Amino acid sequence: MSAPQQAPQADGQSVLETRNLCVRYGKVEALRATSIRLQAGQIVTVIGPNGAGKSSLLNAIMGLLPSNGTSEGQVLYLGHDVAHHNIEHRLGKGLALVPEKRELFTTMTVEDNLVLGAYRRRKSGWSYRDGLEGIYKIFPRLKERRKQLAGTMSGGERQMVAIGRALMSDPKVLMLDEPSLGLAPRVMAEVFHVISHLRESGVATLLIEQNSRAALQVSDYGYVLEVGDVTLEGKASDLAKNPKVIEAYLGKHA
Amino acid sequence: MDMGVFAVLAQDGITNGAVYALLAMALVLVFSVTRVIFLPQGEFIGYGALTVAALQSGQYPRLVSLLMAVGALTFCVELGTALYNKRYKPVPKLHLMWSAIENLAYPALIWVLARSIGWQDMPMAAQIAFALAMTIPLGIMIYRVAFQPMAEASVLVLLIVAVGVHFAMLGLGLFIFGPEGSTTRSFTEWSTEIGAMLVSGQSLVVIAVSLVMIGALYVFFDRSLYGKALRATAVNRKGAQLVGIGTSQAGRMAFGLAAGLGSLAGVLIAPLNTVGYDTGFVVALKGFVAAIVGGLASYPLAAAGAALVGLLESYSSFWASAYKEVIVFTLIIPVLAWRSLTSGHGDEE
Ligand SMILES: Nc1ncnc2c1ncn2[C@@H]1O[C@H](COP(=O)(O)OP(=O)(O)O)[C@@H](O)[C@H]1O
Ligand SMILES: [Mg+2]
Repeated sequence: MSAPQQAPQADGQSVLETRNLCVRYGKVEALRATSIRLQAGQIVTVIGPNGAGKSSLLNAIMGLLPSNGTSEGQVLYLGHDVAHHNIEHRLGKGLALVPEKRELFTTMTVEDNLVLGAYRRRKSGWSYRDGLEGIYKIFPRLKERRKQLAGTMSGGERQMVAIGRALMSDPKVLMLDEPSLGLAPRVMAEVFHVISHLRESGVATLLIEQNSRAALQVSDYGYVLEVGDVTLEGKASDLAKNPKVIEAYLGKHA
Repeated sequence: MDMGVFAVLAQDGITNGAVYALLAMALVLVFSVTRVIFLPQGEFIGYGALTVAALQSGQYPRLVSLLMAVGALTFCVELGTALYNKRYKPVPKLHLMWSAIENLAYPALIWVLARSIGWQDMPMAAQIAFALAMTIPLGIMIYRVAFQPMAEASVLVLLIVAVGVHFAMLGLGLFIFGPEGSTTRSFTEWSTEIGAMLVSGQSLVVIAVSLVMIGALYVFFDRSLYGKALRATAVNRKGAQLVGIGTSQAGRMAFGLAAGLGSLAGVLIAPLNTVGYDTGFVVALKGFVAAIVGGLASYPLAAAGAALVGLLESYSSFWASAYKEVIVFTLIIPVLAWRSLTSGHGDEE
């Protein structure tokens, strides 16, 4: 865990911040004036029930809303508003998203999936080989399976490919949309283990989860999102103790 | 039918099949990447063949003028989009500069080359390359103007647009090339006899070019980053966007490649057939039948389908020449029936 702070969100430069971010699908308002902050090296989680607008939040930050969706408000990345930039630009700056549905290239090999993750990353002095080695160090299983088609992998392995592909773009902020969805508990533990270790490489993580217990365990800070509004926020360890949170999100598992 | 006739028909069928294979690949490519059914393919056949014919007869290739006009239109569309698009705040100056180079300066350069070089004395390979240097950018511009603005539209809407582009290009073809068809010089006069069969060098060139193109495409898709990016877009466009492969960039590549393959197919058939501005459509439809055999998705199946179409056409022209087109197009029915029985709903929309 990072150095304990009284109010972790009050100081320090934030890598990512949304200010009054709204998302609308036609007349449906999926997200209302949401403001969240993420500091370097932090893991911040947004928990909330199905349909609360969690995916909408991440997609709006990435600039990848469905064609019927529009967003308003600011998305500050290192202090610059990127809300009007396209996804390629945001990706180049250092935002990366692992979406809820993974969106892998199923008929291509694991390695091709990873290589394409670095499609925008063609700077001098960097080779795919180095990038791949880095990913294989985090997920040794992917190295064994690198010639296998992504579509034939198990759910946990696919999630690893999806995270690996996102990491190949060398992000400063990694956004994960329900990484534990559909995974067996043991695989889920492995994924969370990796997430908590990403912090060491300086990547800040914005984690979205319905599995609130595991998410709060690895996180520094948390937000509770309910039908488009942030209803609670605080240090993850405090949220985990909050009676309202326990009743609504942790009760079933306790 | 004796062996000699059988072999001649086989040679014919395979030669035509090789051309259909190129067309089928282009159709599969465009459909899988952009979901556009590439009806204007036939026009590229005519544009390619007629431009080479014009170069060989020492005329000014009027396709250059069309390229300049469409280029100017494309630049206007880009400029308008940049100025009025609310989603981009900063006006993308660099992008507009590139657009001006591609759409204004490049066609002007082609015009200068067309005017200043005596193309009728150049080797045929150079003439073909020069024709492709016009048709490929034309394909990219057409994508930009007609299809990119509605990239998210349904397959049906895209098909309707494709029909519109097809008729527009057909009319423009009549306008710039006139109603007369032309043939081009043959690639080679050389031929050889294998057993009782006369093998024409012409056929061998067509088959060789087609095989080389198929091989090159295979390497491109399998090895190069751009090829992988195109495949990725075909498999999962959202995933492609996530890694920064712009849908429009992939679409441009697909249309450029398809226009190149289409006009190359036109160039390949032009020495043996009189190609007019409207000849290409029926030829492209046969490529389409082959692509349907591959479900508009599989390159090897499309190539096999192309060989099948070529052979079927060749043998049916011997037994029932009046019905050869009917027989070829009827092939679609059992193929579609079989496909609809074996595959579930592949439509992921
Ligand atoms: N493409 C869309 N069109 C219309 N409504 C949508 C669309 N995507 C999401 N929604 C609606 O927006 C709300 C928030 O959805 P979402 O962001 O996916 O929530 P979560 O990820 O928290 O489950 C839901 O009510 C959902 O039905
Ligand atoms: Mg969601």
